[in-house]
Amino acid sequence: MNKENPKSWRNDAYAKVTGRAKYTDDIKFPFMLHAVPVYTDSVHAIIKSIDTSAAEKAEGVVKVITHKDIKGALTFGQIIKDYQIFAKDKIFFNGDVVAMIVADTRFNAIKAIPLVNVDVEELTPILDTEVAMDPKTPFIHEEHGSNIINEHCVRRGNVEEGFKQCDIILDEVFHTQFIEHSYMEPEVAICNPRYDGVMEVYGSMQHPFSTRRFVSSTLGCALSEVEVIGTPMGGGFGGKDDTAAIVCARTALAAAITGKPVKCSYTREWSVRESYKRHPYKVYYKMGLTKDGIIKAVKCKIIADGGAYCSVTPWVTWRSTVQCCGPYTVKNVHCDTYGVYTNNVFTGAMRGFGSPQMNFVIESLIEMAARKCNLSVIEIRRRNMVRQGSTTITGQKLDNHKVAMEETLDTVLKEFLFEDKLKKCSYGKTDEDELYGVGLAMSYRGMSLGAEGVDFNSAIINVQPDGSILLETGIHENGQGSESALCMILARELGVTLERIRYRRPSTSTIPDGGTTVASRGTVLGGGAVVKAVENLKYKISEFISKKYNCEIDAVSIKDGVVHFGNDKKTFDEVIKEMFGSREYPHVLGIYRPPVVSWNEHNGQGDAYFSWTYGCQAIEISINKKTGKLKLLNAIAAHDCGKAANVEMTIGQFYGGIAMGIGYGIFEEVKFKDGKIINDNFNSYRLPRATDMPEMKAILIENPDPNSPSGAKGIGEPVNELMAPALANAIYNATGNRYFRLPIKVKLGEEEIICRRP
Amino acid sequence: MQTTINKKVYNIPDELKDVRLTDYLREYLDLTGVKNACEMRACGACAILVNDKSMRICHATVKDVENCDVLTIEGMENEDGTLHPLQQAFVDYGAVQCGFCTPGMVLTAHALLLSNNSPTREQIRKALQSNLCRCTGYQQIVDAIEAASVYYK
Ligand code: FES
Ligand code: FES
Repeated sequence: MNKENPKSWRNDAYAKVTGRAKYTDDIKFPFMLHAVPVYTDSVHAIIKSIDTSAAEKAEGVVKVITHKDIKGALTFGQIIKDYQIFAKDKIFFNGDVVAMIVADTRFNAIKAIPLVNVDVEELTPILDTEVAMDPKTPFIHEEHGSNIINEHCVRRGNVEEGFKQCDIILDEVFHTQFIEHSYMEPEVAICNPRYDGVMEVYGSMQHPFSTRRFVSSTLGCALSEVEVIGTPMGGGFGGKDDTAAIVCARTALAAAITGKPVKCSYTREWSVRESYKRHPYKVYYKMGLTKDGIIKAVKCKIIADGGAYCSVTPWVTWRSTVQCCGPYTVKNVHCDTYGVYTNNVFTGAMRGFGSPQMNFVIESLIEMAARKCNLSVIEIRRRNMVRQGSTTITGQKLDNHKVAMEETLDTVLKEFLFEDKLKKCSYGKTDEDELYGVGLAMSYRGMSLGAEGVDFNSAIINVQPDGSILLETGIHENGQGSESALCMILARELGVTLERIRYRRPSTSTIPDGGTTVASRGTVLGGGAVVKAVENLKYKISEFISKKYNCEIDAVSIKDGVVHFGNDKKTFDEVIKEMFGSREYPHVLGIYRPPVVSWNEHNGQGDAYFSWTYGCQAIEISINKKTGKLKLLNAIAAHDCGKAANVEMTIGQFYGGIAMGIGYGIFEEVKFKDGKIINDNFNSYRLPRATDMPEMKAILIENPDPNSPSGAKGIGEPVNELMAPALANAIYNATGNRYFRLPIKVKLGEEEIICRRP
Repeated sequence: MQTTINKKVYNIPDELKDVRLTDYLREYLDLTGVKNACEMRACGACAILVNDKSMRICHATVKDVENCDVLTIEGMENEDGTLHPLQQAFVDYGAVQCGFCTPGMVLTAHALLLSNNSPTREQIRKALQSNLCRCTGYQQIVDAIEAASVYYK
């Protein structure tokens, strides 16, 4: 496994291995105050009064802030504005914040928390989605007029007719769990009321522009009066949007009221209690096949628990709807999807965004179907998978990029010797102590936001008089290495060395809003914008040269730091110097707008995504019958990356995604008691550890995507959406037992298996 | 009381003896490479070296390191500011993503390699058992430590 010539590059690696990188909590301002949140014990209740008088008098306390202090809007949200900055009339879930204590030290602020008295009238918590959907159940958000947040559908062909042609019908119910993003750095914000009247915001957030909208809405001020400045961020995985932004908004309010810089740094317990999770799904799924293994019809009902607030539930469930048949072509599909309000912790974006749940369902079912049809698990996939020119279940023809589904599958089969391993599986029938299993799963995934979001991004290239280059883009570094990847794309496209490029982390005041860094869109959208900016810069340089030296614009080219024109050449540095000398700025903005997509809400048909990406993963496991230990032996992942911008970092995405997928499959689950989270720290919330992980192999398949200017496809999420079903299949192949609920708790007889390496 | 932190001797006034060690390092000395992530000894983000042993310090107070030799991530690099070979290996092998776990990982690995300069991958994983990383899946971290072990021989 030891790689000989690693050549990983990151612009922030030095700062991070030396401890010099300053994360938000590492920053201090003079005269800075500290703020902490105050929760109630309730899960669902009417607030009768909030008494802060005792807390106000406590040692060191400067101010206790509640909904009364909000100058702007009380609620905010990306889709439905239902998310309370401070709870006013009602508690919707146990993580609702009623007040914020601002004090001279964090210690004093925390000490005053029990002094806030909230008088409530308890209501019955509604914790089950199907109870919530029952018309007799009271509405959680009355103004919404329903407990159903949103609905989506797919209507294709005629399912009744389709099922009539089927020899085999599978009809199952699947459950998935709440999981916590578990970014290592909890939420934190510092807000500094600046002398020029602008509220300066630092924080650990996924998306500075989303944070700016939350802050300006809460303060009731213009967007230009808030400047959000990104700092190094200790992980996000989709989880640092709404909650991270609301922490910034409350802190900004505290700073505005006290006129002092305020820091609010969350404990892990507060973070787990208040921050949104991955949606748990309940999926009713009926699949019909002919005896030769062709899927003729699918009818499914998908119910997602949105918890107390909408967040991005409509978008998450939309992806589940579009991809509800996995990478298989099905002529007759009837899918209904519901996002539902409950009084559970709310749910929102998490790496995968609605696909990990569905892949668990589909990739389990396809293997169950294979057994019924007496086909191999590979053959049944080949018979149904999307291919070049296939039409998806939403009527999109896959012809504008290379459809690499079979390529990724074949790669895994070959590199993992999968079919040899498959022959060795125990299916629960062995006299030996060790049960052995191998399993795989595959998927395709729509790239970027798709038809539900506005998708564009920008980049600014600012060449300095000495030829050094500053790059800014509207993509935010979440730890994944996007800044480095974008610098590398710039170097490659412009034909200059990486050494002369510096990434200048933008603030919300220096670059146009580029949409959130989600949906694995960083490299695709940011990279696209960089490519466009390079085109503009090249044009500007060419135009200058052509005017000055009387040659055709087309005759100018840049390679290895040298500008060639006609038979002449000059170094890049010389040309830039001449440009400044002639009062020409080599400063450009590049904008990338991906191809337009389409969607019809009524029949769920349309070109949902502008391109697709393909992947396959497999894992081998053993289970010791005597000791009851489950061991993860080896794992493999092959994904079409389009064109990898930064190979080592892309491989890192694979490994991290596999690990998180394994956690989802067999370890992780947010547990509740009466609507309150009980495992709110890492001693009780079980994350994969170094000793749990198998040795992994990452295979990057490169089919540059013609729809992505840099050729890149997003990879952060595809790598995270397959391990749970691959494990489910491996566990079946080892034990002969099929599991319909995540995380899988393997049982041999009555005993539950403990997953541990020896 | 006295203690040595990153090769420098500190005389710490008695009234600070009961301060949380993470607060002392982060707030008083600005050694912010020590991170707070769980504050209940479950993640390793606060791990430092005390007398060459890796120690999670979120439950420790200043007096726990009286007369000890403490090393934080800020003390790892060479005097001229170049990286220690172990840090360099983390960079080269892509073992750093968000970086929040990195100081604790590097120091825990350093402690391992000081006591065992040719660990197996299994032993490296075992040593990292109490250090959580959500980004990397650990593999490139193990690769980096394995590669860096030659510099400890
Ligand atoms: S913060 Fe000390 S172990 Fe997690
Ligand atoms: S690099 Fe992010 S937690 Fe380890």
